[in-house]
Parts: sequence; structure tokens; C-alpha cells
Amino acid sequence: MSASDRDQRIGKVMLDLQNISLSFGGVKALTDISFNVREHEIRAIIGPNGAGKSSMLNVINGVYTPQQGGIEFEGRRYTRMNPRRAAEMGIARTFQNLALFKGMSVLDNIMTGRNLRMKCGLLAQALRWGPAEREEIRHREFVENIIDFLEIQAHRKTPVGRLPYGLQKRVDLGRALAMEPRLLLLDEPMAGMNIEEKQDMSRFILDVNDEFGTTIVLIEHDMGVVMDISDRVVVLDYGKKIGDGKPDEVRANEAVIQAYLGVAH
Amino acid sequence: MFYRENGQFKTGYRADQQIFPIRQDRLFIGLLLAAAFVAVPLLASDYLLRAILIPFLILALAAVGLNILVGYCGQISLGTGAFMAVGAYAAWNFGVRFPGMPLVVQILLGGCFATLVGVLFGIPSLRIRGLYLAVATLAAQFFVDWAFLRIAFFTNYSSSGSVSVPPLTAFGLPVHTSLQRYLFVLVFVVVFSLLAKNLVRGAIGRQWMAIRDMDVAAAVIGIRPMYAKLTAFAVSSFIVGVAGALWGYIHLGSWEPLAFDLARSFQLLFMVIIGGLGSIMGGFFGAAFIVLVPVALTNVPHWLGLSLSVDTAAHIEHMVFGALIVFFLIAEPHGLARLWSIGKEKLRIWPFPH
Amino acid sequence: MGFFLETLFGGLMSGMLYALIGLGFVLIFKASGVFNFAQGAMVLVAALSMARFSEWIPAWLGFENLLLANVLAFIVSAALMFLLAVAVERFVLRHLVNQEVTTLLMATLGISYFLDGLGQIAFGSSVYSIDVGMPKDPIFILESLFEGGVLINLEDLTAAVVAALLVAALALFFQYTGTGRALRAVADDHQAAQSIGIPLNRIWVIVWSVAGLVALVAGIIWGSKFGVQFTLSTAALRALPVVILGGLTSVPGAILGGLIIGVGEKLSEVYLGSLVGGGIEIWFAYVLALVFLLFRPQGLFGEKIIDRV
Repeated sequence: MSASDRDQRIGKVMLDLQNISLSFGGVKALTDISFNVREHEIRAIIGPNGAGKSSMLNVINGVYTPQQGGIEFEGRRYTRMNPRRAAEMGIARTFQNLALFKGMSVLDNIMTGRNLRMKCGLLAQALRWGPAEREEIRHREFVENIIDFLEIQAHRKTPVGRLPYGLQKRVDLGRALAMEPRLLLLDEPMAGMNIEEKQDMSRFILDVNDEFGTTIVLIEHDMGVVMDISDRVVVLDYGKKIGDGKPDEVRANEAVIQAYLGVAH
Repeated sequence: MFYRENGQFKTGYRADQQIFPIRQDRLFIGLLLAAAFVAVPLLASDYLLRAILIPFLILALAAVGLNILVGYCGQISLGTGAFMAVGAYAAWNFGVRFPGMPLVVQILLGGCFATLVGVLFGIPSLRIRGLYLAVATLAAQFFVDWAFLRIAFFTNYSSSGSVSVPPLTAFGLPVHTSLQRYLFVLVFVVVFSLLAKNLVRGAIGRQWMAIRDMDVAAAVIGIRPMYAKLTAFAVSSFIVGVAGALWGYIHLGSWEPLAFDLARSFQLLFMVIIGGLGSIMGGFFGAAFIVLVPVALTNVPHWLGLSLSVDTAAHIEHMVFGALIVFFLIAEPHGLARLWSIGKEKLRIWPFPH
Repeated sequence: MGFFLETLFGGLMSGMLYALIGLGFVLIFKASGVFNFAQGAMVLVAALSMARFSEWIPAWLGFENLLLANVLAFIVSAALMFLLAVAVERFVLRHLVNQEVTTLLMATLGISYFLDGLGQIAFGSSVYSIDVGMPKDPIFILESLFEGGVLINLEDLTAAVVAALLVAALALFFQYTGTGRALRAVADDHQAAQSIGIPLNRIWVIVWSVAGLVALVAGIIWGSKFGVQFTLSTAALRALPVVILGGLTSVPGAILGGLIIGVGEKLSEVYLGSLVGGGIEIWFAYVLALVFLLFRPQGLFGEKIIDRV
């Protein structure tokens, strides 16, 4: 898809973060951060280590509550969010350190992502009759499509603890995708990967954005990847926003260059 | 050679998701059920039924219940005996105060009351875990011990402190001889095991395992830890309560709180660990083991010509259990059930080594 | 009023006995992060060892001096507890490095059962007595304030003093010695401590030996008062709420927790028990602990429990 085609797909503002400040005890993790995310775009958050990027994601999906500021998601304004409500509203995420359920297979891990949509009660599940069986099969089909998409069919029954790191990352992504999210938060999806794995993952991310129209916010350190796949970039440093705009604009930004490369003396 | 899945392709998810997808497994279970329902009644002695099979089945059921809480949902419980006691005494109270209530209803109501108590003592699990939760469940154990001992209402003001059940009938048929008792218990165990298996392989089972493995991530997916943990306590206590009622009604006939004391709780926990955490089959393996070891300890020395006093046998039993708990925790936390599936894995490629 | 004071003192004294056992729990938890369910069994084995050896040694060596018998029995028992610590480290702890809390808990449960059986096979399962010359007479105090005075058991008083001394020694040990610091590091994170060169296995042997020693002292005092029998290991379960109340990581907390539980049990039995049929001692301590767990899980003096996300 050409750059102009992509630009046309991008819609109105979906997520608006207003003056978010977050501190832990005496440490200020985020200071007065405001930016927005538009529908169907891929937004990258970049910055040196410790800049507050993961904290930012945690605020968006309700794991942390900011001391100041508000979040507007799809037109509704919130000051407090919790992870479950975020999930119900269609925000899904992956984790930097993987938060997979080590005791379960790949299939079961991804099936947990369908949890919010499974309606049958305890008794129906215990009897596993009609509606319960059909619901299980329906969701299994959906999850199998995700497994096909991520090309992990051969491993579906393997306990995730036994898979290599790169495949575990895909399962993490699959579980988030199973939630059919409107907004997908990816926390360093390419950490620890080699070049081929990064290419695969980039392809998956672009495909998700293309085929399902999912809006994506991702934290990433690899500048090549960021410049290639993202539509807009936010730059954080020491908890403050120092850059916001298209990749090319941000790359030329003085403050960003100083933060990353240090000041030449 | 015999256990190959070769050629057994599934063309639909329903087939892939069944409890026993491999034909040989289905055959095995079929044979097992046939043996249980047909061969045993024809061949088993009274002693075998009363002293081994009936306690084995009832304890296996209790172990299945406990496994749901400890193995699948990761919540430790040292108070299982208390929930068995609630099941037994509640059922008995219904039987005594509503004469004419069918036996099966009494037992199920016993389970319901056990559920209520289980959920109550499960509430702390929302805020504490691990050791601290263990202490909370111990509180349940000691409190319930005392309640059935001292609160006369529960024993209908019996002077001896123990309660007993009248001759039992179910659906018009007597449940009196060893064989009748065995079949009655067998039906309960098969039905409830099936229900439990369906639960653990369904959506709620995945929720339980998610909470066990990483409850923070579970919340992010939209799983409510409160719902998952309380349902685990509820379902587990229900099954354990039913097992308790069966234990009192069918196995003991008459009982006092001591039948469901702390030692019983530990015994069930051992069954679950040795049998295999997180496995329905594990409950059966564990129960078989725990029931058979004392039998072996009484009989084997006899065969070898040594004599062992009852006391010494009990002490050796403690040592064996203790040592095995440690062994399984170190070597194979998934217990005998995992060893069983490893065995099956090897059988799949037998006689080839790779 | 005199009766109330007697009950109070009685409670304080029995609380000290609980605290003695609780100290063992705290030691091991504070120093290795393991909750030792087997502490009770250790007290039993120690007490059995002391009781039997103080009989056997004079018989084997052919003398009658009680003091010498006790001293030798003490030395042998202490050595036994040390060997036990070595065995536990070698066969259990070493293989469970950095496992989760529940696994370690269940492992100590297994050890508890094992020791229970082994101890009784080795030393016998009747009731035995320990006589270390503790004063057994009751005395009356405060005779000027209350008519007839308030009854205090000298034996319990001695126990209380011994416990207080032990606590002081242990508290100093943890605060001010290098080994104490190393122990605290191990409690925090096994693997991290290992990776900075702390010899994990030696630390564990040290800790379990000291806990074994504490168990020995507790066993002697309990055994002297109640006689030594297998129920001693379950008596230790009564000490669990003590450390929950006091805080699993606090040595002085164990004492305070013990006092509160001891007094609470006695007072509730006397004043509440009659209302509900008696015998509430069984669960009073545990329900109190449960209440604490819901509102202040770290107990009175423990470190706040931080759940890492």
C-alpha cells in the first residue's frame, strides 16, 4: 500500500491523551503528556530507556492510574480506567516480558483471548451440550484463523513454555488479536529478535493493520522498523514529550537527536 | 505399534476437542468402564468393595474437586476436610428434618451447603495468596471441626455427638449391600468426573488456569479474578461436599467430626500432589495410591514373614507419604498423571526408540 | 479481679510457649523465604531426642548424674538437629531453588510427615518426660494487693525468660552480623543471592540448624511442662497464627503475637466460651489470624508484602 493510500485510510481521532502525569512515590514517570492516536494508524512511541514508554501503555490500558490528566477513547472521557474495562472497550495489549500462561498450550492461550465473548454459563459448560459445544467450536474457528495468520499451526497443542522466544511473542500477539481489539498496544514486539524474525513480525503488524483495520500503538527501539511501518511517532524522554509527528519530521527534530545521540561538545 | 495415532485424522473441531481423541484411549476407557460396571460386580469380594473400591472412588471424587481448586486454579487449600464435613452434616440434617427427601437430593443439597461455606472461606483468596491463604483455609478447618462438635443443633442434639444414617434407598431400590453401595457411588463418581472434565476443558477451565499462571495478565484480557477464584472455590467445594456426604452415608454409615479432620485434609492434598496437579485423572491416581499404600504396608510384611505393629505401619506410612510428596514436588510436579502420559508418549513410538 | 489476672498471666505464659515455636518459623522464613510447616515435627523430634537420650546415655555409660545426662543429651540432640538441617538442605531445598511459595510450603508439609514418622520409629511413640530441673512449684504474687495472691507458675516464668533471651540474641544476630545480612538477602531472592556469590546451601544449613536449636529449646520447655508425645507436632500448628499476627519476618513480632494469642485464647475461652458451648480455643487463634490477613497481612511488625507485577 503506498504512502498516500495509507494516509487516506487514517480516520478521526480515536484515542486522546490529555495532560497525563504519573508518579510513583517521589518519582515522576510521566509529566504532562498529551498526544492522540487516529483510527487505523500505526503510532510508534519511542525514546531512550526509562523514558516512560511502558508506563504510558499501562496508563492507556488501565494498569496504572495517572494522578493528573484524562483519557478520551472513542469520544468518551475517562479519568480512571481499569484493565478489565479497557479490555471490554476493545483495547488489547502485549507485554514486553511476555505474560503468557505457561501451563497452557498455544491454542488455549489464544482461546483465553476470546473469554469476553464466551457467554455460556457454568452449568451449560459442565454439561457441554448444544449451545456450549457450538460456542466452543465457533471460537475455536476464529482462533484457528489467527493461528493460520501467524503461521504457528504446527505448535497449536504445544505448551507455550516449550516454544522458542520468537514463537512465544507470536502467541502473545495472537492472544491480543483474539480479543478483536479496536486498539492494539504492542510493548516492544520485536525485542530480542533477529532480522528474519523482525521482518516476520513487521509483516504481521502491517497485515493486522491492513486486513483488520486495527489501530496500533507500539513501543519499539529499532529505528529502522519504526521509520518503515509507522504513520506517526511520539518521542518521550525522561517522562516528557519531546517530539510528535510523521517519522521524517521527528527524525530531523533537534531535541530528538540530542536525546538519543547526546549533545556534541 | 499399538498406540499409533496414524490414520486417525480429525475433520472437524468437535472431533478434535473430544475428551479422548485417540481411538485407543477411547477403547481403554470403554474397557475400564465395562470392568467397573460389569466385571467388578461379578467378581469382586465384599472386602474388596467395602475396604478398597468404595473408599477409593469417594476419595478420588474429593481429589477431583480439590484438584480444581489447587491444581487448575492455583489456590492452596488445607481445609478440604471441613468442606467434606459440611457436605456430610448438611445432607444428614436434611435427611433428618425432612423425612422422605430422596437420598440423591439430600446428597446434592449437602454439596450446595458446602458450596456456600466454600465461597465464604474463599473470599480471602481475593486479597491473599500462598501461605496466607493456607492459613485462612486452616481457620475454616478448625472452625468447622468445632462447630460440628459443639453446636448441638447440627447433630440434632445427639447425646453421643455422632450421627448415623438409616437404611438407604435411592429411586426405590435399596442401597444396602456392598455391591449396591459400590454401584451407587460409581454412578456419582462417573457423572461428576465427566462434569468436572467438561468444565476444565471449557472456558471457565481456561480462566482458572490463567489465574493460576498469571493473574495480572488474566485481568488485562478481561478475566475477572474474583469470578474465577470464587467459582473455583464454589465448584470445588460442591464436589468435595458431595464426596463428604457419600463418605458419611455410604462408606461410614455413622460418623463424628473426627472423620473429616485436618489429617483428612492433608490426605486429600497429598492425593492431588502425588496424583498430579491440574489433571482430572490425577485425582484417581492419587486416591488409588493413598488407599493402596496402607493396604500394602499391612500385607507385604506379612507375606515376607515380618510382622509390623499397627503403630509402626502407621509411622512408615507417614514417612512414605512425606518422602513421596517431596519427591514428586522435585521431580514431577504433575505427578503420576504426567508419568502416565509420558508412558503413553513412549508407547506411541514403541518399539522404536525415537 | 484476681481471677482475671490469673487468667491473664496464664495466657501470657502459654503465649510465650507458642512464641518459642513461632520463633523457629520466623527464623526460617526471614532467612530463606520458606515457610517451614515442619517446625512442629522438628520440635517433636528434638524433644523426643532429648527425652530418650537423657534416659539412654546414663544407661549406656553407667552413671546417674542428672545434670550430666541432660547436658550430654542436649549436645547429642543439637548435633542431631544439625544433621537434620544438612539432610533437609541436601535432599530437599537444593532441588527446589526459586520454586514458588506454595511448592516449598507443600514440600515442608512432606518433610513434616516424614519426620513425624521417623521420629516415632527411632525414639518410640509413648509419652516421655524431660526433667531439666525446671522449678515446678507455683508461687503466689501480689498478695498484698489481692487476697490470697495471684497464682503464677514458676516453670512458665522460666520459659518466658528463656524465650526473651533467645529473642534478644536472634534479633541482634540478624541486625548486626554479616551472616544475618546474607540471610536476609537469601530470603528476598534465592537466585539473586546465589548470583552474587552467597553460598546458598551453607546458608540454608545454618538457618535450619539454628531453627533446629530453637526447636530443641522449645521442645525441652514444652516437654518439661507437658511431657513429650506425638501431639507435640500438631501443637505447633497452634503457633502458626502467632507468626501471622506478629509478622513472618519479625522476631520480636513472634513474641508479641504469642502473647496476644495466648491471652486472647484464655480470655475468650473463659468469658466467651461459656456462651457458645466451650472449646473455642481450637479456632480462636486462627480466626484472629484470618481477620489480620484480611486487613493487615504483614502482621504487626512484618515487612509489607509487595506483589511484583
